[in-house]
Amino acid sequence: MSEPTTTTIDINGHPCRVWTKGSGPKIGWLAGFGGLPRWTPFLDELAKTRTVIAPSLPGHPGATGHNLLDSHLDWIVAARQIIVKSGLEGEDIAGSSVGGSFVAEFAALWPHKVKRVALIAPWGLFDEKDPATDVWAQRPDDQPGVLCADPQIWKDFKAVPAGANSVEWPIEQIRASEAAARVFWPLGNTKIEKRLPLILAPTLLLWGEQDRVMPRSYADTMARLIEGKTTIKTIPGAGHLADLDQPAATARAILEFMS
Amino acid sequence: MKLMWFHLMPYTELPDDFREKHPSVWVDIHSTLFDPKRAHHMYNDFMDELEFAADCGFDAVCVNEHHSNGYGLMPSPNLIASALARRTTDTALCVMGNSLALYNPPTRVAEEFAMIDCISGGRLIAGFPVGTPMDTCYAYGTNPSMLREKYMEAHDLVMRAWTEKETFAFNGRFNQQRYVNIWPRPVQEPHPPVWIPGGGSVETWAWCAKMDYVYAYLSYYGYKAGLKTMQGFWGEMEKLGKDRNPYRAGFLQFVGVAPTRSEAMERYAEAAEYFYGRCLHVDLKYASPPGYNTEATQRVGLESQVRAAAEAAADPSKGKDALAAQGTTGSTTGTRFNMVAKTMEDIVDRGYVIVGSPKDVEEQLREVAVNMNVGHLMLLLQYGNMSKDLAKYNTKMFADHVAPKLRPLFAEWEDKWWPKPMEKAKRAELPAFAPSVQAAE
Repeated sequence: MSEPTTTTIDINGHPCRVWTKGSGPKIGWLAGFGGLPRWTPFLDELAKTRTVIAPSLPGHPGATGHNLLDSHLDWIVAARQIIVKSGLEGEDIAGSSVGGSFVAEFAALWPHKVKRVALIAPWGLFDEKDPATDVWAQRPDDQPGVLCADPQIWKDFKAVPAGANSVEWPIEQIRASEAAARVFWPLGNTKIEKRLPLILAPTLLLWGEQDRVMPRSYADTMARLIEGKTTIKTIPGAGHLADLDQPAATARAILEFMS
Repeated sequence: MKLMWFHLMPYTELPDDFREKHPSVWVDIHSTLFDPKRAHHMYNDFMDELEFAADCGFDAVCVNEHHSNGYGLMPSPNLIASALARRTTDTALCVMGNSLALYNPPTRVAEEFAMIDCISGGRLIAGFPVGTPMDTCYAYGTNPSMLREKYMEAHDLVMRAWTEKETFAFNGRFNQQRYVNIWPRPVQEPHPPVWIPGGGSVETWAWCAKMDYVYAYLSYYGYKAGLKTMQGFWGEMEKLGKDRNPYRAGFLQFVGVAPTRSEAMERYAEAAEYFYGRCLHVDLKYASPPGYNTEATQRVGLESQVRAAAEAAADPSKGKDALAAQGTTGSTTGTRFNMVAKTMEDIVDRGYVIVGSPKDVEEQLREVAVNMNVGHLMLLLQYGNMSKDLAKYNTKMFADHVAPKLRPLFAEWEDKWWPKPMEKAKRAELPAFAPSVQAAE
């Protein structure tokens, strides 16, 4: 697995890392809960046939500045700047969980600035009868199994790499969780249902079959509300962060949809 | 020195198998464990105890705020403080305090504290805690990433509401109010003394120094665990050019007094074991919301963990001590809950509770006060499921046999952070409480 190219864009005076790899038509990627502490096999799968552009969201590994964002509108404006400045306007964009929510918002508010959309269990809804799991109220040993079907995958994803600073690395991972909390605390509910009907782009809704965070019923709600043509697909053997659990199957589903 | 009587108001009838059958005393403690008719008696007992402490001559009675909590039945300490304002005369009322970020708008705190200050004739100490993760982020749903920013802004708003004479517009990041003009205003000028209950964060110490507020370390883990924190506080004060006036600081300590040490061990064991066994049984999933601890505080905690691990690797015997110390002084609430001692021997051995004869207790508390350089000692003389009779006994023993010996400590220093009430002659006369008359009516 070779490393991506790193560039930096400025968002509200804070540096924001953009990773790029591959060749072919562009595809944007906004990562899920926890961000991208490292490049992943899933992104490599996409990069085989596409130019993958993966900017970091504020407060997630590679970017700071989440503390400037006080409202959901602040976050949406930041996400739009990130998408535009990393050259993804008018392109295919995919996103997972936290990142998926911002992809959906962008597609709703600027419907002509996106080609096709793939969303993996995006956040933003909350149904009292079928509540999403509180990812921030987990005992330390339980969290990996909540996020991934295979807990070890999450542990490896977040483990301190050789040579990294053993104090700053964990702080960066907590910061990513805080950044998500800053926008989604306490229920993950951004009332996205009000804006989903504005999405005109063809939309793929992907769900890990063993997603323990976002109920599968949310996929149906989203599909019903999105104006554009929607397709729902579940990924066997995957949890909430399907791209980490099943990189090949998840990438294949997205590439087929966007081909 | 000042000796202050602190009540947490714990629910006293959690079942014996609470730890085994229930995941947490906080946040999602089950409603079926709460019997309002029993709580009626508990509240009235607790208020009797607070009033009794005032009668016994304690310098202050203290109450605090918790939510969805089986060991703290005061979601609104202001309710209790206002009742105490009418049933005490000269005792300071220490509300420790109101978690500023939880009030919307925060001027509610300025108003209610001003009411208590007016009713009591200027006896209020205004405590402003950030609040625990369990209270603020989980029970009250406050965003952990914004909690401290909201707290600081609410503080600024309350202080302006107390001190500005004209109606003003507050244009904050989180609060906007066109017309801020609280009625009533506090008796104490320019405002009641402000105390900040906090953990061991350097930012809090520096802020207390800058604002000239009292820093109160409200730990349940006693003087042995608290010493390092208080030394850190005084080190920071020295760095900032502040004097060592012991009244800059407060410290919480559990105490049990009896004629002899063995009798004290016997009398207070049940209550102490109830508190440390059941009341601190908190589900770790509620201990560390991301962003609650600042990155600077996380850094200090992680660096000390790395150091402790290195010591453990180099010398297992020493390293074990370093790791054990992490359990009570570590950076996260969860670490502390996880490592807490639960048997009376361990509880006393680790210094969570100081027990003994009046002489034992006096000597230990003198050492605590001197070593920590703390002029405000906040004493928990009721804890866990301690009965009213035992709480009153403990209170009286302390007041009669320990307090007189300790009070002269730090006489050379002025307590600039104590309430300044109205002259006694100018204060309202409180009618004598006559329950028998009421009963006859």
